This record gives sequence, C-alpha cells and structure tokens, in this order.
Amino acid sequence: MAVTASIRDSSSNAVRAALTGGKRDVRGMLFALTLLLCLLGALLVLTVLMWDVIAQAIPVFQKRSTGFLTNDLNSSPDKAGVSQGIWGSLMIAMFVVLLAFPVGIAAGVYLEEYAKPSRFNAFIRLNIRNLAGVPSVVYGILGLVVFVQGLDWLTGGRSVISAGITLAILVLPIIIITTAESVSAVPSGLREAGYGVGGTRWETTRDHVLPYAAPGILTGTMLAVARALGEAAPLLLIGAITGRLASVQGQSLVEKMQGKFTTMPIVVYGWANEVNKPGEITGLTFEQLNSAAIVVLLVMVLALNAAAILLRNRFERNRQG
Amino acid sequence: MSSSSVTSQFTIGDLRGNPRRIRKERGMRLLLLVAAATSIVISALIVYTLFKEAWHFLVLLSDESGLGALIDDGANPGWYPRNGRFDLPTIVIGTVLVSLVSIVVAAPLGLGAAVFLSEYASPRTRKWLKPILEVLAGVPSVVFGFFALRVLGPDLIQPLFNTSQTTSLLVTGVAIGFLVTPLMASISEDALRAVPTSLREVSTGLGARKSNTVIKVVLPAAVSGIVAALIISVSRAVGETMVAALASGRLGQSPRTLDVRDPGLTMTAAMAQVATGSDQVVGSGPVFQSLFFVGALLFLMTLALNMIANRIVGRFRNKY
Amino acid sequence: MNQQQSNLEEHYPMADDHIDGVVTADDRVVFTTKDLEVYYGEFRAVREVNLDIKQGEITSFIGPSGCGKSTVLRCFNRMNDLIPSARVNGEVLFRSVNLYDPQVNAVEVRRRVGMVFQKANPFPKSIYDNVAYGPRLTGVKKKGDLDAIVEKSLRDAALWDEVKSRLKASGMGLSGGQQQRLCIARAVAVEPEVLLMDEPCSALDPIATARIEDLMQEIKNKYTIIIVTHNMQQAGRVSDRTAFFTTEVNPESDRRTGVLVEFDKTATIFSTPSDERTEAYVSGRFG
Repeated sequence: MAVTASIRDSSSNAVRAALTGGKRDVRGMLFALTLLLCLLGALLVLTVLMWDVIAQAIPVFQKRSTGFLTNDLNSSPDKAGVSQGIWGSLMIAMFVVLLAFPVGIAAGVYLEEYAKPSRFNAFIRLNIRNLAGVPSVVYGILGLVVFVQGLDWLTGGRSVISAGITLAILVLPIIIITTAESVSAVPSGLREAGYGVGGTRWETTRDHVLPYAAPGILTGTMLAVARALGEAAPLLLIGAITGRLASVQGQSLVEKMQGKFTTMPIVVYGWANEVNKPGEITGLTFEQLNSAAIVVLLVMVLALNAAAILLRNRFERNRQG
Repeated sequence: MSSSSVTSQFTIGDLRGNPRRIRKERGMRLLLLVAAATSIVISALIVYTLFKEAWHFLVLLSDESGLGALIDDGANPGWYPRNGRFDLPTIVIGTVLVSLVSIVVAAPLGLGAAVFLSEYASPRTRKWLKPILEVLAGVPSVVFGFFALRVLGPDLIQPLFNTSQTTSLLVTGVAIGFLVTPLMASISEDALRAVPTSLREVSTGLGARKSNTVIKVVLPAAVSGIVAALIISVSRAVGETMVAALASGRLGQSPRTLDVRDPGLTMTAAMAQVATGSDQVVGSGPVFQSLFFVGALLFLMTLALNMIANRIVGRFRNKY
Repeated sequence: MNQQQSNLEEHYPMADDHIDGVVTADDRVVFTTKDLEVYYGEFRAVREVNLDIKQGEITSFIGPSGCGKSTVLRCFNRMNDLIPSARVNGEVLFRSVNLYDPQVNAVEVRRRVGMVFQKANPFPKSIYDNVAYGPRLTGVKKKGDLDAIVEKSLRDAALWDEVKSRLKASGMGLSGGQQQRLCIARAVAVEPEVLLMDEPCSALDPIATARIEDLMQEIKNKYTIIIVTHNMQQAGRVSDRTAFFTTEVNPESDRRTGVLVEFDKTATIFSTPSDERTEAYVSGRFG
C-alpha cells in the first residue's frame, strides 16, 4: 500500500516536473539576461553621459547663473556665454519650419495622394530614400558651394541664412518620409467619403486626409527640427564661428542674419577644443562650461524628441482603441 | 445649380464641372509635384557640386604632383594636404577601422536590445524602454564627441587597451558604436516584429524552448532585415563626422596607420578639418579642393551601402 | 421558389404595375452601359456589361464574390478612377452623356451620382458638418441655406428626429445604423440624381438593416437607387429590378472575370429566371 502510494507520488512528481519545465531552463534564462544587459548597456552609456555632463554643469549655473545664457562667446571662461549659440540655433529652427515644413509636407502628400505608379514617381521615391542616407557633412559641401559661394549676394556668405537653408534641405527627406507614412495610414474610407460627395482630390486631401494624418506629420516635423538643432558637421563647412564672435551693436536683423554666426552644437565643438585652464575669477574651466552648453543643447533637442515620441505613442494608442 | 428635372435637355456641358475648382485642383497638383521634384533638384545639385569640384581636384593634383600622390608608396605614407601629400589609403583605412569598431560595439548591443524588446519584454516594459531608446537616438553627435574626448578616452579606452594617447581611432569607433546602437536596435526590432507570430507558435507548439525559438526560428526569419540594419548602421558610422573630428587624435593630417589604438584620421574628419583650419573655407588650391574629392568618395560609399540595404529591406517586405 | 414569389408580392403587390406602366419611355433611362469592361492592369475584372437603369427605381446587383458587381457600380460615378491600375472600356451613358468622355469632370459626376459605402464612413466631424460638407464645396455659404439643407437631408435620411438636438456632436459617436443613415444624408445633401449603395447593410444588425430598407423605399421617388448586395433576400425585398452577375473562368489566366448573366424585373429573376446559372444561384444551390 505504502509502496504504490509512493510510486504514484513520484510519477506525478515527474509529470509535474516535465510540465513546469523540470530543471529550470538555465541557458534560456542566461540568454534573456544577456539580452537585457545589451539593452541596459546602451541605456547605461546615456546615463553616464547625462550624469557626467550635469555634474560638471551645476557649478557653472551656480556661479554664472543667467550670465552664461546671456553672454557672448569669449576667450575667457569667466565671461564666455552661449547667447549667440542659442540665437543661431533658433534661427536654424525657424528656417526648417519655414522652408522644410511646407516643401516636405507637400512632397509627402504628392507621393501618397497624387503620384501614379509611374517610373518618374518611383524614381522620386528612390531618390528621397537615398537622400535620407547621405552623410550630413556632404550637405555641408552643398551649402558651401551653392549658398555660401553661389548665392552670397543673398545669404551674405558664411551666414545663418546659408546654414538655415542647408539644414532645411538636410531634414527635408525626414519630413517627406514621415509625412508619406502618416498619409498612407489614413483609412481609405475617409478618402472615398470625400470623393463620394464630389470633393476634388485637393479638397479631400485638405479637409480629411491632412487633418487625420496631422499628428503623425507633426511628430515627423518635430523630429526633423530636433535633428537640425543637433547638427554640427555641415555648419563647420559653411563656416560657423568656433572661436570668438563679437556682437556688433546696431545691426538690423537682416544684417545680423547675413553676418557671422554660431549655433549650440558648434559652441560645444569649439569649446571641446579649448585649453582647459580655470578662469581667474570664477575658477570655471571650458570643460565645465561646455558641459553646461551641452545641457542647454540637450534640453532643446531632447525635449523636442521626447514630445514628438509621446505625441506619436498617444495617437497610436487612440487610433487602435 | 442646374435643374435635375429629367425632361430638361441634358448635355455634356452639365458634366464639365466648375472651372474655378478644376483650375484650383490643377494648380495644387502642380504645386505639390514641384515640391516633390525639389528632391531631385537637390540630388542633382549635390552630385554636380561634388563631382565637378572633385574632378577639378584631380586635374589640379595631376598638374602639381601627379595622380600617383593619391597612393603614397614612400617610407612614411600619410595624409598631409598642406604638403601636397594626399595618401588616400590613410583616411580610407581610418574610416574603415572606425566603422568596424563601431559595428563591433553596436551590433551586439543593438541586436540584443532589439531581441529583448520584441521577444521578451512585456508590453508595459516595452512601452517605457522603447521611447528611452528613441530619445537616446536623438542625442547630437557632437555631444558624443565631447563625451568620447573627456570620459570614454581617458577613463575607459586608455586604461583598458593601453593606448598611447587618450584619443585614438578606437575611442572614436566605440563612441560611434554607442551612437548608432539605437538605430541598429530600432531597425532590427522592426525586422523581428515583422516575423509572423504563427512561426513562433509553431515552434513553441512543437515543444521548443523560448530561447531555442528565438535563436533557431525568429532570428533566421528576420536575418535579411538584421543584415539591412547592420549595413545602415555601418553607413551611418562611415558618414559620422563630429565624433571623428573630436576624438580621433589627429587634426587635418595623419600618418597612415593600421592599428586602431593609434590616433588617426577618418575621411569625415579630414573634411571637417579643411573647413576649420587656419585659412578656413576659402581658396581653390588642392588643399581646399580635396574637400570635394573626399566628399564625393564618401557620398559614393554611403550611397552604395544604402542602396544595398534598401534592396534587402524591399525583398524582406515582399516575403512577409 | 413559389413561396419566395408570394412573399415578394405580399410585400410589394404593385411592383409589376409600377414597372410595366413606364418602361418604354426612353427619357426615363438614367444609365446605359455599352460593352462596359473594367481592367485592373492586365486583368479583366468584368466583361461586356450591357444594361439600362431606369429612373425612380431601385436596381440591385447580386452575385457571388468577385463577380464584379461593385466594380460595375463604381463605374457609375467614376470611383474606379481612384484606383491607379483600373481602366474602363466601353461606354457608360448618364442621361445619354458618356461619363468617360474626356470632357467630363469626374468630380461633377460624383456630385450628381452620390455613393454610400459598405462600411459607414462619416467624417470625424460634427453631424452638421458631415452633411454640410458637400454643399459647402459647391458654394453654399449662407448659414440659413446650410441649415435648411442639413435639416432636409437628415429628414430624408430619417435621422433628423434622433439627432436634431445634438447636431454639433461628432458623427463618429452615433450607432452603426445611424452612421450609415448619416452617410445617406451626407450623400443626398448635394442633391444627386442617383444614389449608389455598395452593400450598405452588410455591417448592420437586422433592425438597422430594416430601417435602411424602409428608407430606400421612401426616397426612391427622389433618387434613383442602385444597390449592390450579398443578401438575396434584401434584393428581393427592396428592388424593382435585379442584375445577376457571376464569374467565368478566364481562358488566359486563372483569375475569374465577372460577367452579367441576367437582368430583369426582380420578381422574374427570383421566380422564373431564364438562365440556369441565375436559377442555381437564387435557389441557393450555388454561391
């Protein structure tokens, strides 16, 4: 009696063991753990980077407070500030909004709503995909030859106008591609409804397709602005100022836009190459100053990025629900 | 509005439509087409400026020192544009080494993160981790350059690999590797998620463990997408400028080196340096013109990589 | 078969008289198709359709999936233009004007030939704006005029009493059946002469379906209606005439081409069809 009971016990244990995986799947768990470490590794770099930059930046904001944000570039770490970098970056953003938004959205709409599957249109699509992969420094060459040298009567040469147009061109493929993706995700029933009551293609696009695709398009445009704000390489070729940039008093806006300029990423690049000698008054180094500049840059870029990603996720969820 | 009574004479004129609306429709179509065609104008301008000036560089070079200068077979080959020495292998090898290092870093990190996100993470975990990874993708490259110069070089790479300087091709490669990891992860994850759930279910249904399902079923099914992700990441690494300009350790000129632990020069850093050197972006001598020649080469390299990746992605899409 | 016939007569005892009294007058023909064929790329989806649609009647298109009934329907307001690969051969005469004449503007055609789709597709706007959208495009601007059109259209669609207190509410908040009636209101707001309905009830429950069917009877004097339906009973209940389409094996490819088998008074189609394929389909032995 006791024997049979124990046999039954052990056999049921064996079945239970087999069903629950028996010996823990150690290799499987190690595998999953490795994958998690890969992900955390990538995130760890970001954390260390942020930590280091913020720790270095804190004394700058304590000792210089808003002076750091309102001062011009200077060779002394006691006086140098990022106001010109912020101004230049805002100008870049403005050019992207004014030039790349309308052209990019229009092109994306054309590709999805108007273009018939012809060879010419296939060529445009292929061309845009390839443009998106061209290294940013190559766009700098385009800007240098076309806007700095070719159109210097308009742009003033190495100016924020040349830089703004160049970066608008740089992010154009991003805007076109995200617009086309958002537009193609519009349900066809909405289009049919518009055409069905006698709307023209443009009327249907304007009144129904674009409003529905707007959140996706907005996400793409915000990512594009963020990308433009972080770009430095093309601006080096265009000739942004990395050293000292004196503000000229009494300039009109046009003169200022046609004059020498810098942007936040260029400030960061320039200061990274500065000699690391503490200032006599504040004791701050350019290394610390640069960390503070990076904080300013990251606030601009990452805030836009994060807002864009949140916006997209929110609308994806709403549409599914 | 015309009467819709059946008895009235109905002609083709009644179906011609409102001329004002037809004109507007034609105008808008034209406007949108022009916007789309702008991209072709831009491409044409890029190709034209690059290759015209690159050709000019070759002409200048053959006049001054002969095209043989592009491959220096002397005892100490190197890229010294101000001395008329344009040893192409120096900067090409620099770029290749940096790209190799960066892909050695980005491929496991990015692919591992992608597999975790697509196969293991619960929807809630994924909802948090994915956006963070995407934000990481938005960190400007110049920030990575500064980070490489200040932290990665002196505190990690130099003690670990015993390099002679805090800056080297290795530091640049590792930093670019971190920079392209989110890109690698994002494209790989798209490829993994495109693998039909039914494939996973069949494997699990046959009693395979999860890790076996992932390794033997999901990864092979997504292999072309993952290869495309690798190629696109390499292409991005090849074209990355700011990290290379800050962390590679050579300014505008460099001896040829095959050792990643040495300071060196990439194609992009060579271009950036022409622009920020003492005489900045002016003149038309070979030093300045080399900018276009290297740019044209860089353009062709990345274009080739991107076209291969596009083709692979296209085929992958057709499969599922 | 007999029972179906008697059911039909119970429902619409006047059907035969109604049709017979007027068929002969030519000006009552709204649409005539002449050797109508539709291609998608190289593939011929429908071949050689010849039929006349009479004014003030409800005509239904029935047949198995892929028989091309929706494709033919979408020729009557040139909705096929929106599919880049689609090509139309032959003629579609709308009151003796060929719709595919190069001088004809497809947008104007769609204003005169309205459409209701399989899945209710109100704009994500208010009920009022849904109905007022079409009239606004054609230039109606005054608020009083728009108000009048909106009320009339919603009354036509038997929706006015249900929504008159919440015209500013979103059209997406209505029930499925109400949404479909809103789409009908939206379609009639531009005063079309014809209403094309592409399986308008396939996503609705029987009660909502019955309301739409009643509505069709109420408005058929104002608007000639062509309805595509999967549901043979529905065709029997609502339509005066029925066209039966089926598929034919294509000699040149393995895809099937749609073909019009028989077109006649609905009662005839369901009781004494002249083609054995129709007989097989309506008796439920096929399809």
